[in-house]
Amino acid sequence: MANPNGIGASVRRREDARFLTGRGTYTDDINRPGQTHAVFVRSPYAHARITGIDAAEAMQAPGVIAVLTGADMEADKVGSLPCGWQIHSKDGSPMKEPPHFPIARDRTRYVGDAIAVVIAETREQAKDAAELVMVDYEELPAAVTSLKALEGGAPLVHDDVGGNVCFDWHLGDAAAVDAAFAQAAHVAKLDLVNQRLVPNAMEPRAALGEYDRATGEHTLTTTSQNPHVIRLLMGAFVLGIPEHKLRVVAPDVGGGFGSKIFHYGEEAVVTWAAKKVGRPVKWTAERSESFLTDAHGRDHVSHAELAMDRDGNFLALRVSTIANMGAYLSTFAPSIPTYLYATLLAGQYKTPAIYAEVKAVFTNTVPVDAYRGAGRPEACYLIERLVEVAAAETGIDKAELRRRNFVPASAMPYQTPVALQYDTGDFAKNLDIALPLVDYDGFAARRGESARRGKLRGIGFATYIEACGIAPSNVAGALGARAGLYESAEVRFHPTGSVTVFTGSHSHGQGHETTFAQLVSERFGVPIENVEIVHGDTSKIPFGMGTYGSRSLAVGGSAIVKAMDKVERKAKKIAAHMLEAAEADIEVKDGRFVVAGTDKALTIGDIALQAYVPHNFPLDELEPGLDEQAFYDPKNFTYPNGCHVCEVEIDPDTGVVQVVSFAAVDDFGRVINPLIVEGQVHGGLVQGIGQALYENCVYDEDSGQLITGSYMDYCMPRADDVPSFTVRYHEDQPCTHNPLGVKGCGEAGTIGASAAVMNAVVHALSEYGVTHLDMPATPERVWQAIRRHTPAQAAE
Amino acid sequence: MPCTVSMTVNGKAVSREVEERTLLVTFLRDQLGLTGTHVGCDTSQCGACVVHVDGRSVKSCTMLAAQADGAAVTTIEGLAAADGTLHPMQAAFREHHGLQCGFCTPGMVMSAVDLVTTNPSPSEHEVREGLEGNICRCTGYHNIVKAVMAGAEAMQGGTMKAAAE
Repeated sequence: MANPNGIGASVRRREDARFLTGRGTYTDDINRPGQTHAVFVRSPYAHARITGIDAAEAMQAPGVIAVLTGADMEADKVGSLPCGWQIHSKDGSPMKEPPHFPIARDRTRYVGDAIAVVIAETREQAKDAAELVMVDYEELPAAVTSLKALEGGAPLVHDDVGGNVCFDWHLGDAAAVDAAFAQAAHVAKLDLVNQRLVPNAMEPRAALGEYDRATGEHTLTTTSQNPHVIRLLMGAFVLGIPEHKLRVVAPDVGGGFGSKIFHYGEEAVVTWAAKKVGRPVKWTAERSESFLTDAHGRDHVSHAELAMDRDGNFLALRVSTIANMGAYLSTFAPSIPTYLYATLLAGQYKTPAIYAEVKAVFTNTVPVDAYRGAGRPEACYLIERLVEVAAAETGIDKAELRRRNFVPASAMPYQTPVALQYDTGDFAKNLDIALPLVDYDGFAARRGESARRGKLRGIGFATYIEACGIAPSNVAGALGARAGLYESAEVRFHPTGSVTVFTGSHSHGQGHETTFAQLVSERFGVPIENVEIVHGDTSKIPFGMGTYGSRSLAVGGSAIVKAMDKVERKAKKIAAHMLEAAEADIEVKDGRFVVAGTDKALTIGDIALQAYVPHNFPLDELEPGLDEQAFYDPKNFTYPNGCHVCEVEIDPDTGVVQVVSFAAVDDFGRVINPLIVEGQVHGGLVQGIGQALYENCVYDEDSGQLITGSYMDYCMPRADDVPSFTVRYHEDQPCTHNPLGVKGCGEAGTIGASAAVMNAVVHALSEYGVTHLDMPATPERVWQAIRRHTPAQAAE
Repeated sequence: MPCTVSMTVNGKAVSREVEERTLLVTFLRDQLGLTGTHVGCDTSQCGACVVHVDGRSVKSCTMLAAQADGAAVTTIEGLAAADGTLHPMQAAFREHHGLQCGFCTPGMVMSAVDLVTTNPSPSEHEVREGLEGNICRCTGYHNIVKAVMAGAEAMQGGTMKAAAE
């Protein structure tokens, strides 16, 4: 009988019981005896010299314990927040890596940059006193947008970074691309902006620092997707705390979407300050502070050209992108517009030659780093918009043009011209499932029906592929990563047969406590309620790299499998001993250890008990205990892929775009928990739709003030903005290089959706001659586009 | 100036001295330790802090604790039965995977219960409009809407059953 809680079952989530009853424990929910509260004084200027800080009045305010500044940190030899990835420019020179101190020292470089921290008995007292800290600024001109920062004579964000260029990088074969363009029958061109976004996990960032004088141990509780990464970066580079004296805990975390990967200055400040004031120090961001200080996402300006032959076969792709890094390099910022972006520019197509140039630019804005998809949505959006333009210009049906250029399943594994090797994927199959699902043939009739109601209707595709399961350490290292990218696991059987699994992955909504337990239940037949998943605490789990890049199951799950392999090997030895059989004769069947060809069998529970009560173990051959650890480093990325189809209706009088239907057909390899996978897709789709239609992070181009600094100004998608979705997946193309055959599903929705929506919007507007619109397609932008393209006589 | 506020929270009478400016959500979280109610924004947009005050859903970041003086407040901690049996809406959220990170969930569930109390058989459109004041970044709303529809049905079933008894 199939295990009802095994692989492939939609097991209801085990973590829900606490979340649904208000018993989750998020960082701000934790309070310690003697706890103090930190509030930051932040720069109101995008760029200014700090000429003086007078904290005298603030120090006199009720409840204030300390006001600390960058100078105090400098005196304590606190270091700069390190960057975890190094890129080299075309000329071989390393990227410019200016220091990034947790509290600014002499200059502030974005609105929200920390200037001082006030520590008081209550949050309110700290807030009141922060108002009393007098900072003298000498305002400097700011470089706010990437394009303006590149102009000659632009203000320099860092004096020693000429032209504000962090790096000028490229990938691919320029000569082959030039040669192909020279032969092209048609070239499609597109200028596009992938606008800046604010990740907006619903839980604002928070950090609680503690110091134990008795043991000399520091503890940081923080809203992180990867506590060990924070421990390593903060301990080794910023505060100089050895790892055995530093514990980092990421308890329940309310969403991350990339923004909680990075090591932020506030984490270092509360950890450092807790020792300084001798009491726990807690900081929790207000939402407006999150807008100002969480790392933002995207912010690319690109030009792209696609060369085709007479039949619409893609010959070459040329891309030039300017990527905004913000004021400093956030933890993984340089990898996003390079190895997570340009390497994906082949998409699902067999384009033989590709060349991409990326210029990364410093500006007086908050740092930009990974946000759900991280580089891959930017790549997908660029390719899929360009393909749609090509289809419109050549008159080839957009589904057909894609099909004609797909890498065929028979060509797998497929080496792209931009470094990656796809292991599996049947892109035509995805399309074959999608077309009838959305009744593609019936679109013309639906468009006619919309027209009769005075509405414009459009249909748009996005066929995406992403590199997930990040990553093989050797590949990442060769590309500039300053960390390994394996994952760890420990599977500990207890004497009575229950199991604790310690994972280096971190769950902040993904449901690991359920999915990972399914893996164990399936393998050993242990009831799922007897399996506990522990994550997020460096004092409990082995060194882990955490959760991002849709890597938890592909890398973290594989590490659990590897640890279970070791458990099984040991259990076989114990079973052989107990059953007085040869180890080679022990078979594992439905979670039972059976002597081949006999009815002699043991459960893993029998074996576990024996492992811890080894009264007659041959100790020279067999150690007591049943507790195994494994590190898994993948051989390759995984390559989830799919076909998204969106249909929109636009009211030409108001410019309002309504997503009337959205279908996603995905290949995630093997699926462990369909319910959770579908949930990941739904959430991803809405973040993609959010980018396409609603979200836009806007700084004032002159002053550098954040215009969209709250939910009243930054439009988050809400329940009545989006439809219900049609989600399908197939499992015919399992990943070939990890033991579960899984590919990852966390980012797929976001990667495909923006392009599918925008293609549908532009298609709807095509009767007005609109060929491109930048995101977000707000009513105002759509209405303006319609007006711009309406012939004067028709408008009269 | 501190002031004394008294109210019933999840059926229990409480009385505390607070600063006058104390928000209801701060009172619940910091004074009473009821950390199930969350703070997701500072502009009353996100709905993570929704509780029931005298049976109506309220964004508890928009109300002073002093304004709730004398009121009956229900938070997410007070929604399930005393024996731990989940409220039908909580159960529906679990059954339909209507939550991921769980941060918006308490507010979402409290809003949904109020929505269904006001409109016992909402259409999908009405559910979506009714939840417009609650932001979720994880689920894409798809499964929340399914959960609320199912929760509405279960709540009605429960009411009908109770009436028949």
